[in-house]
Amino acid sequence: MINWIWFLLLASGIVLAASNNSAGLVTDAILEAASDAITLVIGLLGLISFWSGLMEIAERAGLTDLLARMLRPITRRLFPDVPPDHGAMGAIILSISANILGIGNAATPLGIRAMEKLDELNHEPGTATDAMCTFVALTTSSLTIIPITVIALRAAAGSQDPAKVIAPTLIATSFSTLAAIMTDWAWRRIRRGCH
Amino acid sequence: MIKVMEAISRWAIPMVVLVIPLWGVVRGVKVYEAFVEGAKQGLLTTVRITPYLIAMFVAIRVFQVAGGMDLLLQVIASPLRLLGIPPEVVPMLLIRPLSGSGALSMLRELLHIHGPDSLIGLMAATIQGSTETTFYVITVYFGAINITRARHSLPIGLWADFVGFIAAIYACLWLFG
Repeated sequence: MINWIWFLLLASGIVLAASNNSAGLVTDAILEAASDAITLVIGLLGLISFWSGLMEIAERAGLTDLLARMLRPITRRLFPDVPPDHGAMGAIILSISANILGIGNAATPLGIRAMEKLDELNHEPGTATDAMCTFVALTTSSLTIIPITVIALRAAAGSQDPAKVIAPTLIATSFSTLAAIMTDWAWRRIRRGCH
Repeated sequence: MIKVMEAISRWAIPMVVLVIPLWGVVRGVKVYEAFVEGAKQGLLTTVRITPYLIAMFVAIRVFQVAGGMDLLLQVIASPLRLLGIPPEVVPMLLIRPLSGSGALSMLRELLHIHGPDSLIGLMAATIQGSTETTFYVITVYFGAINITRARHSLPIGLWADFVGFIAAIYACLWLFG
């Protein structure tokens, strides 16, 4: 699927550009986007390395296992295929906590760490497991409780009450997360039924 | 409440960076060696993500500059209007999953044009807070472990964004409309 989406984005873009006679724009966009990706990676290099180092300490100290044990009643239901004492569980919990607290720059490195741990349980290299899909579904549904960046932007725009968006954000996030969990669950059920 | 949450997000990282090594020292872990070992893996991970990011960034940007977004917008605008969704916020639905910085600058623009406390401004801000840059998350998370078959992750991520978008609009209408 990702192959088709990637191809369609590129191909439809170039065909559209040809019809608007804006081939030059596409050439510039390609060069710009490729170097933007590298700029982002340079920023990520330090961040991801740092959090990976810290997580290594946490794992060797047994801290991630402790977290995983504490939240076992919830995680057992969400991730039935992951053994409760496996390192992946602790990493998942840390990443989700960072997302909820709105510390986005820690959430991505921690999420990657969780994916690496989940990959240890993968029997089919190159294909996502059920647990990975559930974890990514949770993350992409947005888990933010307090949208710090949005509140800051509203304050900068001269809002009388910048934090007014917290209530609707909480409602909307609950719906999107619920939708993600339910669809993921249903998808898995249907797939199992086919086999 | 807000003050407390802001304080938590400000102090969370320093506290975590204190507590984890402290725990390690207490448990007899060689913290410096462990950190360096983990950080080395982190560097390799980041390098592994790079080609995936280049591929996605280029495809999305080409689609955007060619006007693909505007074309899609025209297609979905009228059915969404039937659902009572103001046309001003519809571009957020398209750009949010594709580009985090693009969505932020669009939000800034909407707040500027309509005012942060207008219904449109509140809706746009709520949409930004309750959805994710799904393409980015999927590219980075699966890229880090060389997974190309992401199965149902992308459709579910996009579906969750859509539900968040609709819920954000109706929540604002209900609370502030």
